[in-house]
Amino acid sequence: MAEALLELRNLRKNYGALVVTDDVSLSVQPGELHAIIGPNGAGKTTLIHQISGMLPSNSGQILFAGEDVTHLSMPQRVERGLARSFQITSILPGFSALENVALAVQARSGSSFRFFGNASQEKDLNGRAMECLGEVGLGARAHIPAGLLSHGEKRQLELAIGLATSPKLLLLDEPLAGTGHDESQRVVETLRRLKDRLTIVLIEHDMEAVFSLADQVSVLVYGRVIATDTPERVRANHDVRAAYLGEEEMV
Amino acid sequence: MTEIVETQSAPAPSLGARLEIVPVVLFAAFAAAPLLASFSGAEGYVLSLLTRVMIFGIAAMALDLILGYGALVSFGHAAFLGLGGYAVGILASHGFEDAFIQIPVAILASAAFAFVTGAISLRTKGVYFIMITLAFGQMLYFLATSLAPYGGDDGMTLASRSLVVGADWLKNDFTFYWVCLLCLFGVYALSRSLVASRFGRVLRGTRENAVRMEAIGFRPFRFQLAAYVISGMMAGLAGCLLANQAEFVSPAFMTWQRSGELIFMVVLGGLGSLHGAIIGAAAFLLLEEFLPEILHTVSFFLSEETRAHLAENWKMVFGPLLILIVLFVRGGIMGLLRGPRHG
Repeated sequence: MAEALLELRNLRKNYGALVVTDDVSLSVQPGELHAIIGPNGAGKTTLIHQISGMLPSNSGQILFAGEDVTHLSMPQRVERGLARSFQITSILPGFSALENVALAVQARSGSSFRFFGNASQEKDLNGRAMECLGEVGLGARAHIPAGLLSHGEKRQLELAIGLATSPKLLLLDEPLAGTGHDESQRVVETLRRLKDRLTIVLIEHDMEAVFSLADQVSVLVYGRVIATDTPERVRANHDVRAAYLGEEEMV
Repeated sequence: MTEIVETQSAPAPSLGARLEIVPVVLFAAFAAAPLLASFSGAEGYVLSLLTRVMIFGIAAMALDLILGYGALVSFGHAAFLGLGGYAVGILASHGFEDAFIQIPVAILASAAFAFVTGAISLRTKGVYFIMITLAFGQMLYFLATSLAPYGGDDGMTLASRSLVVGADWLKNDFTFYWVCLLCLFGVYALSRSLVASRFGRVLRGTRENAVRMEAIGFRPFRFQLAAYVISGMMAGLAGCLLANQAEFVSPAFMTWQRSGELIFMVVLGGLGSLHGAIIGAAAFLLLEEFLPEILHTVSFFLSEETRAHLAENWKMVFGPLLILIVLFVRGGIMGLLRGPRHG
């Protein structure tokens, strides 16, 4: 087995007596699409916050590409190739879709302490940004202020922003949250294309999407990983059915 | 739909060619004013009033750079006016009267003060940022009042305006006017470049969504601090000019009311357009100057006694008037100029 790209070792997070992440150990292989599922309140988003560096962990280790990143800030982790999207859409509403993405490209291409020259005219930045927008199918909407995009388009924009930071690993926090059927189909298609060249950690409620996309599935219940396996085996796992899938009458 | 939206999606700093007429007219007016002043019969008065307008325009623009583009409400920006002023005053009293010594010292002192106070203040957000910048401003104010060798509370009168390589060119009000106009234009051009640059884009992005900026790999603090320092340096320059204009420096340069006035100028003119700040400064200072007379004139139908009272207590009208403008004219005066086009 190759060396894991992302490895969590005994990760813990608690707010006082409330343990949100309880001794989570996980490893994500390069090229894999690893889905994390679990009932509401299982601590999935908290786990993503911890991995991305938005929240500190109480104990445990996070290794990314062999390096201990447990104590690095979010921007430092992004520099190392760990990008994320947000469950609640987080974009720059006053910027055009293109500028949202171009800014992410800018973050990874040279110093941003440049005080002269019009950034919105930089061909290198805009060119790369257009590629990313094209990849998620938003090319035609590039010049529209991001705040005016539809909800589904904003979800796609989040993806494009994540891509623009040239990540090795993309953490996606419910990319399908709140999207309609057609929109979610589009996002699933995009993810299917991306999974060939990127390692992805996906949190998702949509079971259909998860089981059609994931190589590995981890099930998180009350902050604990109760199973990590291939989708088929997880589907058959008795504990998982009892704890989670059973509640929604099995997919 | 698409077309309409696209025309509005022009990136923030370049507001579109049709709006650029405002700064052109503005600077043309400043350039033409001295010529007209000669005909007005009150040349000295007009020049000194407009010079003040330009100097406060620089200070307000400096504030707009961080307030309008970075959403950093600094309530202590007058401190930099004071720093600039006192640099000129203190150096002059020790025999360093050349602007080429005074201005670099003033700008460096402002930069150092901004760097230290900014590094501390920027760790806070929102109301706390406002309070802490206010506190630093007040600190400097009380320091100035306690500087007994330099006039303490009363301030100090300058023997003359700064020299330029030993020559007393600035003594001439016209020359000084042109120097101020040049500074105003320089600061404006630099600020325009800043907000459109890579740096400015990060600053604007941070204003919109700081968490997103971190999630794509920026450390907003560095950019905000750099902007704060640049803004402080610009306001320090304005302080140098203000001391020269008044030929006097005093702690009154940096009272918190002055900081408040600067915020008011920026909001009055319209946040985040730079020339709006200049227009705001002009509107504020000209209203302050002429409101008593205007009130006296428009109240012609009242008794002479009431008119006199009204003119005397003009601030009772000034305050509410400013509040009404801010409340009902979205985007300040720039919003008013822009308004009809966007409907």
